[in-house]
Amino acid sequence: MANMSKIKNPMPTQDAHIRNKNFDEVALGYTPEMAISEAQRCLNCKTKPCVGGCPVKIHIPAFIEQVAKGNFEEAYRIISLQTSLPAVCGRVCPQENQCEGKCVRGIKGESVAIGRLERFVADYHNANSKEKSTLPQVNGHKVAVIGSGPAGLSCASDLAKMGYSVTVFEALHLAGGVLMYGIPEFRLPKSIVQREIDGLKDLGVEICVNTVVGRTVSIDELMDEEGYEAVFIGTGAGLPKFMGIPGENLKGVYSANEFLTRINLMKAYLESSDTPIKKSKSVAVVGGGNVAMDAARCAKRLGADVYIVYRRGMEELPARAEEVEHAIEEGIVFKTLTNPTEVLGYYNPDNKRDEKNGTVCGIKCIEMELGEPDASGRRRPVEKKDSEFTLDVDCVIMALGTTPNPLIKDTTDNLDTQRWGGICADERGQTSREGVFAGGDAVTGAATVILAMGAGKTAASAIDEYIRSKQ
Amino acid sequence: MYKIVRKKSLNPTVTLMDIEAPKVAKKAQPGQFIILRTDENGERIPLTVADFDREKGTVTIIFQIVGATTEKLNHMEEGDCLSDFVGPLGRPTHTEGLRKVCVVGGGVGCAIAYPVAKKLHELGCEVHSVIGFRTKDLVILTEEFCSVSDKMLLMTDDGSAGEKGLVTNALKSLIDAGEQYDEVITIGPLVMMKFVCALTKEYGIKTVASMNPIMIDGTGMCGGCRLSVGGKTVFACVDGPEFDGHLIDFDEAISRSDMYRGFERKKHEDTCNLFKKGAESNG
Repeated sequence: MANMSKIKNPMPTQDAHIRNKNFDEVALGYTPEMAISEAQRCLNCKTKPCVGGCPVKIHIPAFIEQVAKGNFEEAYRIISLQTSLPAVCGRVCPQENQCEGKCVRGIKGESVAIGRLERFVADYHNANSKEKSTLPQVNGHKVAVIGSGPAGLSCASDLAKMGYSVTVFEALHLAGGVLMYGIPEFRLPKSIVQREIDGLKDLGVEICVNTVVGRTVSIDELMDEEGYEAVFIGTGAGLPKFMGIPGENLKGVYSANEFLTRINLMKAYLESSDTPIKKSKSVAVVGGGNVAMDAARCAKRLGADVYIVYRRGMEELPARAEEVEHAIEEGIVFKTLTNPTEVLGYYNPDNKRDEKNGTVCGIKCIEMELGEPDASGRRRPVEKKDSEFTLDVDCVIMALGTTPNPLIKDTTDNLDTQRWGGICADERGQTSREGVFAGGDAVTGAATVILAMGAGKTAASAIDEYIRSKQ
Repeated sequence: MYKIVRKKSLNPTVTLMDIEAPKVAKKAQPGQFIILRTDENGERIPLTVADFDREKGTVTIIFQIVGATTEKLNHMEEGDCLSDFVGPLGRPTHTEGLRKVCVVGGGVGCAIAYPVAKKLHELGCEVHSVIGFRTKDLVILTEEFCSVSDKMLLMTDDGSAGEKGLVTNALKSLIDAGEQYDEVITIGPLVMMKFVCALTKEYGIKTVASMNPIMIDGTGMCGGCRLSVGGKTVFACVDGPEFDGHLIDFDEAISRSDMYRGFERKKHEDTCNLFKKGAESNG
């Protein structure tokens, strides 16, 4: 009998006023009883619109049916057919624009909580499964994977399972890419990411950290000298954008990448860390995406009053709905329809050695209103005349999006790229260079974990075909 | 892990280490830098490559003890391992086509200026070196500079070694004496580089300055190392670390460099105290 409740089983969470002072995970996860009850809300409808909304086409009603029956391991097996990172995607996918956005239960009420169920199944498996991954039969072919974010991890995992000898090259000292340096602990615990990476190692994948491809070694050297028959580029989009307004180089202006890297990768919020982070009283985060929410919520946890400054309205915020909700609950103030025009700096004319000289003391903003739709179909924000005002802040974090790193492009001959820096690749990941494949944000520009993961999987099968065809 | 195969104190505050890092040694060029972490809780700090030995697979770093990380590093010994060592990062020094160059180094910056002078010398360029220090006890690498320079001037602030005065005094007298340089390359404290660049601007001599701002990843990801050069924002890690000295906004760079001064001071004190306590309990 279906559960006809119009609303989702609520997700147990840490209380907003407690969690905004710690870095522990916000959402605590469903119990088996909650999961079964939620799974019973699925009507197992014939048309399965949810599957169409999933970028990697997970058999959603099939896995939910197993959850409803309490067969959690079987549910995990079904999910694993399409995704290698369910514990991650259950937490970070923008479900409301994907599977859940298409769910028929969403027409009169709330959709089935597909993301929460995916997370539950993955966590259940991780906590209870005793099966050890068996080392696959090695086929003697070497493949290099550049970057250990979602695209690289999933590509490496699939190739290793097919028997390839895979080496993953990572520029930082820790594997995981954006999952490690970008997404905070309270949204995606690092132990979950580490588990995925350890799983790869169990499959025989070698992970070379501290290796900047393009500097330490080039793609040509990997292929010509080190015997890799194919290369997958999953280097993401890591270059931060700035606005180009006055005052952006003052002390106390961060890119979200820098702010989050200091916190997530370098653990600057812990006393034991040698990495500094500015202790601010009041912070303005510019931008409205997930990265902006992450930066804002981190700043809050470090003890600051935090504003989100976003040029469009609440409706247009590109962040996941849940992150916006959580941010509001945690006390973050949204200054929407607002755009910064200048970062203001402190300057003491009487004392040139004053340590505060050159630090942020405010951000000048102007109010916006929505005009005609632009090329993207979204209504274009236009400035309201004479509406300037100043926010009193001592730190500004720019979360305006990122572009691909040019290092690989600049050091690899005949690798075609788009004008904005993205690597040109077909839908199978094939680039303009034979044997070189690419996928994820490095190709599409900043997108989602699930799309990058999907691209990594697709490229793995294309690489397999390519290497077989050469024999 | 990256083993320390040689450690040598150059003066009370400056230490040289050869680090086993074959992949970095294979690719390193003068002007490039590395990023290291001493241990799991360590911060990532950039240090310019002071030398390299491709056959032995070692990279030489020379550092001044200024904060917690360099203090920790200085307490490590031969045979100990650094947890991370990545590079070479940044663009190499541009040396092609130069026939006569003045290399101006200050303090520990001389450690970075030396491989540049050496490379230019090997390429057959006429090299003049001006190296400056606060006082005699801090002087390093004079023999090395002598062996790769056609002319070398040693300056100290107090006159306790070489000539008394600043590097800019020496550079000015060389230029006034009629030396014609294709380029001046300067590496040292920001304030020194600022005045070297101001001087050469007057004379219209192209000048390259090597910048060493606060940095995390070294691959262009964080933007913490950004500088204003010719009114444009650039990232020292990927666009540099060397830039046209006449276009760099030194005042901004100086201001940005002390962003964490308070934190660093405290961390350094805490680290020193830890080492002191360790020494007492062992003694």
